[in-house]
Amino acid sequence: MHDNGHTEHHHEESFISKYIFSLDHKTIGKQFLIYGLIMFFLGGGLALLFRWKLAYPEKPLPIIGVSQQYMDDGEVVTGADRMWERIYESEKEEWIEVNMPAGVMTDAFYNMLFTMHATIMVFFVVVPILVGAFGNFLIPLMIGTRDMAFPVLNMLSFWLAVLAAVLMTVGFFVPGGHAAAGWTGYAPLSADPQWTGVGWGQNLWAISLLIQGFSSLVGSINYITTVINMRAPGMTFFRMPLVIWSLFIVAILLLLAFPVLSSALALLIFDRLAGTTFFTATAEGGGDPLLWQHLFWFFGHPEVYILILPGMGIASELIPVFSRKPIFGYRSMVYAMIAIAFLGWIVWGHHMFQSGMRDDLGSIFMTTTILIAVPSAIKTFNWLGTMFRGSIRFTTPMLHGIAFVSMFVIGGLSGIYMANTPVDIYIHDTYFIVAHIHYVVFGGSLFAIFGGIIFWFPKMYGRYMNDVLSKIHFWLTFIAFNCTFFPMHILGVGGHRRRISNPMAEAVEIITQEQSFEDMNIFITMSAFTLGFAQLILVFNFFWSMYKGKVAEQNPWQVNTLEWEAPTPVPHGNFGQIPTVYRGPYEYSVPGEESDWIPQAQPEHAPATSGD
Amino acid sequence: MTHNNSEVQERQPLSNARLGILVLLGAETMLFSGLIGTFLVFRVGNVTWPPPSHIGIELPRVVTGINTALLLLSGYTMFQAWRAIQKDGVKQLRNWLLITGVLGLLFLGVQGSEWVQLIRKGLTLQSGVYGGIFYVLIGCHAVHVLSAVIWLFIVFGMAMAGRFSANRYTGVDTCMIYWIFVVALWPILYVLVYLS
Repeated sequence: MHDNGHTEHHHEESFISKYIFSLDHKTIGKQFLIYGLIMFFLGGGLALLFRWKLAYPEKPLPIIGVSQQYMDDGEVVTGADRMWERIYESEKEEWIEVNMPAGVMTDAFYNMLFTMHATIMVFFVVVPILVGAFGNFLIPLMIGTRDMAFPVLNMLSFWLAVLAAVLMTVGFFVPGGHAAAGWTGYAPLSADPQWTGVGWGQNLWAISLLIQGFSSLVGSINYITTVINMRAPGMTFFRMPLVIWSLFIVAILLLLAFPVLSSALALLIFDRLAGTTFFTATAEGGGDPLLWQHLFWFFGHPEVYILILPGMGIASELIPVFSRKPIFGYRSMVYAMIAIAFLGWIVWGHHMFQSGMRDDLGSIFMTTTILIAVPSAIKTFNWLGTMFRGSIRFTTPMLHGIAFVSMFVIGGLSGIYMANTPVDIYIHDTYFIVAHIHYVVFGGSLFAIFGGIIFWFPKMYGRYMNDVLSKIHFWLTFIAFNCTFFPMHILGVGGHRRRISNPMAEAVEIITQEQSFEDMNIFITMSAFTLGFAQLILVFNFFWSMYKGKVAEQNPWQVNTLEWEAPTPVPHGNFGQIPTVYRGPYEYSVPGEESDWIPQAQPEHAPATSGD
Repeated sequence: MTHNNSEVQERQPLSNARLGILVLLGAETMLFSGLIGTFLVFRVGNVTWPPPSHIGIELPRVVTGINTALLLLSGYTMFQAWRAIQKDGVKQLRNWLLITGVLGLLFLGVQGSEWVQLIRKGLTLQSGVYGGIFYVLIGCHAVHVLSAVIWLFIVFGMAMAGRFSANRYTGVDTCMIYWIFVVALWPILYVLVYLS
């Protein structure tokens, strides 16, 4: 961050070119990380808001809602009461009055919140952090090159993502409110304002995602070119760390999947703004609402693997390092990721079992979907095999790595239930699905992200993150996460529909055989607030450690891969001299060696053995 | 960039620029796959195509056929431009580029005048999915031709400024790859949209 004494590749740069419009892949990576963390708080905050509604559908929110006394006899007790009195007295219709009269969320606002929670978490948190932040920071450093192939495009990718995030956030404040058709934007809900009553919110949603698509496109062109063309001497494909493999495969998925969503979004925008009827069935020459689902999920399922594969890659770095053992079955890990990426293209129909699908077609999609369990199981057993009889160091990144594997197993297993068409008839559109997606994307991807942040923080900022705070954050998150999402399986099997704003409403209770979900919903909400609070610890720790953390040495975890060869903090241009790679990335505890780790750049002293 | 990556790059069969543009074409292919897939869903899903309400509106097959030939010819001239610069033929490069650009503009002009006539006959974006997907799919290709033409004229300007030689022609190279993609895509659209 400050003068690093490396004059060879260090140029005096202005603040703007160094921190704002930077071309350096490390700075862009950090920008994406902070961008993702900010959006993480927005997306998480939305979730907490609607969790309150699910637990107490009729009760005003604490702090900003009116007091019970005010509701009963109109007596002003709290500051919030006074605020609401003023709002109701004024002529102007305030934003908060429309969406949360007296602090009780309207159903329409609830719809916007769950739509935007998922949209933000998928497109503006997990992908920017996993692919944008880790991809940018790690790829050049770990393959041993000075920067990305196209630094200007790289900067463009970040600023397009910022533009998309701004447009997406602005949508809350346009007349008619934000998109409310779910993150999947199913037509005709999304295609025609008369169904949701949402005007420009949905348009902004589509435009913002189109821009985010451009950002991903530019980024993935950069990643693919860099990985293919710019590896250091000796860095063969099968000497690349698995996280680089995962990011490379994900870049290909993003490259090929996002344009399909772009075509669907373009058609949706035409439907909304130019009077076409691609996604609306009309009496004469109309389109097909199911077409949206096909296009969306043809993108959407590869997207699911875009969300998890880099997490798998990060776990594959953490586990061997802290087990002090080579990764079990390196090549099978690579082939399993390729298999997952390939199968991801031919399973999209499993999102549409209940949309009216021919039975035989359904069983084809069922088969291909269940097939994904095979490469996923290979990966899981390989992680376990790596830890088996290792000298495990239970550092905080390792805890996150282990959490990733165990939560991914739960999420993966519930996925197999849903893949079966007969079972899916019952659990489709229930909280079982919500539990599944959160076990994979929060339990999977986010634990990997947390582990990755703590692991690479010393390389990013030259300091450790505070370990006590990190451990508190981990345990709070792990426990609160399971308390939040595990009961959702039970809710789902009990018949609790997802996307319902008031699960205690009479009509809902009749459908679900009078079973009350109230207690469980309150428990989930309390856990969710704990989970949200725990993340504040992470963010405090992140920014505090950036300036006050313990100074880290160059390679604090004793890791083999190339990023730890670079000096800390990493100068512009990364390496003094480009390192030469002599071995695979996971040579830990090699028998007969003095040290239990052999860096990739350490020359052979014995006769050369096989490349990997 | 003051520091270069040539220390690593020299042994690569494809330069970064070339590889980057090929990767981009993968994304372009998927974009058109989405739109062509949409077209096919409507085309196969309707027993009569064009739908009964559109009978009497004929897409201009013959003129567009000639236009197709023009565009294919531009692919050939672009290839010749690329061949010329490899032999250091800077002057031939300029000539071939100019011919290519004019052919591209001609293609767009013919298509534009066709659209005007179709709109007069009553085929608009709003006339059901038949008109809708016609304008969106063909329009999407036209936008790609337009951006390829703009790119080509930038390359032409660089050629006029003498920026290319037999050893340095990455700009021509990448533009050629993109141009060929746009040209090669068109016959598929022509057969699907106009002839099927």
